[in-house]
Amino acid sequence: MTGTVLLLRAFLRRDRWLYLWWGLGVALLYVSQAWSVDGLYTTQEEFDRAAANMAGNKALIAMAGPARALNTTGGQVTWQAAAFGAVCAGLMSMFVIGRHTRAEEESGRDELLRAAPVGRYAPACAALMDAVLANLVLGALVAGSLAAYGLALADSVGLGLGLSVTGWFFSATALVAVQLTASTRAAYGIAGAVIGVAYVLRAVGDVGAQALSWLSPIGWYQAMHAFSGLRWWPLLVPLVLTVVVVAVARAVFDRRDFGSGVVADRPGPARASGALGTGWGLALRLQRPALLGWAIGLLLSGLSFGAMGDSVGDLVGDSSLSQQMMLQGSADVVDGFYATLSVMLALLAAGFSVSSALRPRSEEDGGRLEPLLATALPRAGWLGGHVAVTLVGTLLVLALAGLGLGTSYALVTGDGGAMLRLALPAMTFAPAVLVLSGLARLLYGVVPRAAPLAWAALLLAWVVLLFGDVFDLPQWLQDLSPFEHLALVPLQDFSVAPFAAVSVVAALLSVVGQFAFLRRDVH
Amino acid sequence: MKSFGPHRALDGLDLSVARGEVHGFLGPNGAGKSTTIRVLLGLLRVDSGEARLLGGDPWRDAAELHRRLAYVPGDVNLWPNLTGGEVIDLLGRLRGGLDERRRKELLDRFELDPTKKGRGYSKGNRQKVALVAALASDVELLLLDEPTSGLDPLMEAVFRDCVDEFRSEGHTVLLSSHILAEVEHLCDRVSIIRAGRCVETGTLAELRHLTSTSVTADLVTVPEGLERLPGVHDVDIDNHRVHLVVDTTRLDAVLDALQTGGLRSLESQPPTLEDLFLRHYGDRLRASGDGDPG
Repeated sequence: MTGTVLLLRAFLRRDRWLYLWWGLGVALLYVSQAWSVDGLYTTQEEFDRAAANMAGNKALIAMAGPARALNTTGGQVTWQAAAFGAVCAGLMSMFVIGRHTRAEEESGRDELLRAAPVGRYAPACAALMDAVLANLVLGALVAGSLAAYGLALADSVGLGLGLSVTGWFFSATALVAVQLTASTRAAYGIAGAVIGVAYVLRAVGDVGAQALSWLSPIGWYQAMHAFSGLRWWPLLVPLVLTVVVVAVARAVFDRRDFGSGVVADRPGPARASGALGTGWGLALRLQRPALLGWAIGLLLSGLSFGAMGDSVGDLVGDSSLSQQMMLQGSADVVDGFYATLSVMLALLAAGFSVSSALRPRSEEDGGRLEPLLATALPRAGWLGGHVAVTLVGTLLVLALAGLGLGTSYALVTGDGGAMLRLALPAMTFAPAVLVLSGLARLLYGVVPRAAPLAWAALLLAWVVLLFGDVFDLPQWLQDLSPFEHLALVPLQDFSVAPFAAVSVVAALLSVVGQFAFLRRDVH
Repeated sequence: MKSFGPHRALDGLDLSVARGEVHGFLGPNGAGKSTTIRVLLGLLRVDSGEARLLGGDPWRDAAELHRRLAYVPGDVNLWPNLTGGEVIDLLGRLRGGLDERRRKELLDRFELDPTKKGRGYSKGNRQKVALVAALASDVELLLLDEPTSGLDPLMEAVFRDCVDEFRSEGHTVLLSSHILAEVEHLCDRVSIIRAGRCVETGTLAELRHLTSTSVTADLVTVPEGLERLPGVHDVDIDNHRVHLVVDTTRLDAVLDALQTGGLRSLESQPPTLEDLFLRHYGDRLRASGDGDPG
């Protein structure tokens, strides 16, 4: 244990920004629910109606948690934020543990450290203490911000502390995960899967099989019933189990060698498959895991959006704020709502599109481009492969998002004819999505260092969509978002001219970027 | 000429490599060796001047020319989730095909496991992946940028054998290296560059001529005026034993003078490549004050 305190101090120094951003982000997740609920409903009657509607919607319950006291601000905050907050705390804990243990071991820096007078358990111990502190900060920020907003103090503290303890449990499971595999990525996979299973178990449990929720750390957190008859004893479950799981991690640690895991890195194929021999084949192989992840994520998002069915009017409420945000000010509630959701899905898909367009940059930065361009692969062929993956991948994730939306809407409402009508709109925003990734491509070709600025353009499009009318943003600013120029299908009829015009802009951005890349130095 | 912002990386570099030779490319870190190779690969475009590669323009005809060459960087970065075998196949296919028999033979000789993922290889093993991919392809030119910096001595010997074989087939190699013994062993001609400029080029024998030879002689009587002979310095006389350093071109006159004193034994040490190298960089070592130029 020698050196634990010294290491902890070094870790805290490395992590202070991480603490701040995760803490602020998660606290905002909680307190923004209070703010939005109080903004959405102008009368208690209206609130009661919406709450009754939500409580009867199994899909929403599966997504968020057991419906309790939904006609109160605190009840809404707990319902909407607790499950996602717990997932966030779990992810943060996983990264804190992973980066100070397995990642250090994998990079070889840990070896340097262990040659110094530092105890065997010191790095793991310091990492665990670091994660415990990080989760305390997270919980304190949540409790503090809710109490400051004016919600009941005891319940706010309960919601915050419950979040901390849930994070501690996920820190312990992450500590086991990093003992199991030699690669940090694989360890993140295992720790992430634990969080995912916890989320799914409580989803199934909350909808029907109650007992399952008691197998989930997120279920224990929600069993505290904050803002609806707060009880403290469910905290004991994760507290005790955290100690047990840490003991398991220690036992595994004692049985493995330095630098290796319990599960050995599986050997791969000795020969490349036939597809791996062209620019396109390589780009697809490299981007496939990310594409798969985004495709599943977008399909699930579409499914959960569509599950809100046709009773959206009550969900949205009567306040002008929410009407402007969610319906783009239209009177046709269902179509306006789903037009907005389709744009949201397209903006999520733009996350894939932009990150995919930035992949060539990380390849170049990682020094993996040079050996490729030293072969007969032309520059245009290398970049063209990535462009093709971005293009095809973007259309694919959009199609899946729309498919999810239409399918679950049709299932919830029993209106089979609505399926196509709601599945197609997401695709109509493809040109705007491609403008964003085209911008990333242009920047990559001309000033590669500035390429991540394309994320700022995506953020701007989000802000314009949600707050453009609410804050009455100037027209020229709104016009910067490519989504503003397309017809809001299904609220408006599909219109060919703007679709074609935005497509041309997207193509121009991408093509100019590619030509610029052909003419510049490669590093 | 090639500049990165205000920094001039290549400054009137004049380098030519003849077909069928192994050409050593020496210079300290930051002298412009890698920049030169990147220009030859068409990754960088020169600001002024001309580069020709295999009779073509390395920038304009990059992809076509690359069918005829293979490149091994000093710092090999692999894709973390592709195996070594997959990378060898990928690079080989992109170059236009691999010699299957050589691929297998090289994997054996370099004792490389092709089923490991890129993130699992050590630095030396990553370099072996790039070396196997380069040597197994049917090319006429190898561009090697410090290709053995991570290899153990056994593997370095394998590497030398492979380069010898490659040359014996009439092919050409440009080898940038810090390992002077490797260059002395492998290279027909050597170029030394400094601050983006070629300061010396020629065969090792020619270059040796440009520097000094140290001579130690046991004499019956020590002749007068040795230190006054042209090109002689550091004369040290201890009874009948003389030690001196002389410019290699002036060796003749010194030997004549020594003979008049009745030679009993004579030892002379030709300059090593290290001496050549230090001759051009010695001033920098002295200026930094912490180096030992001996």
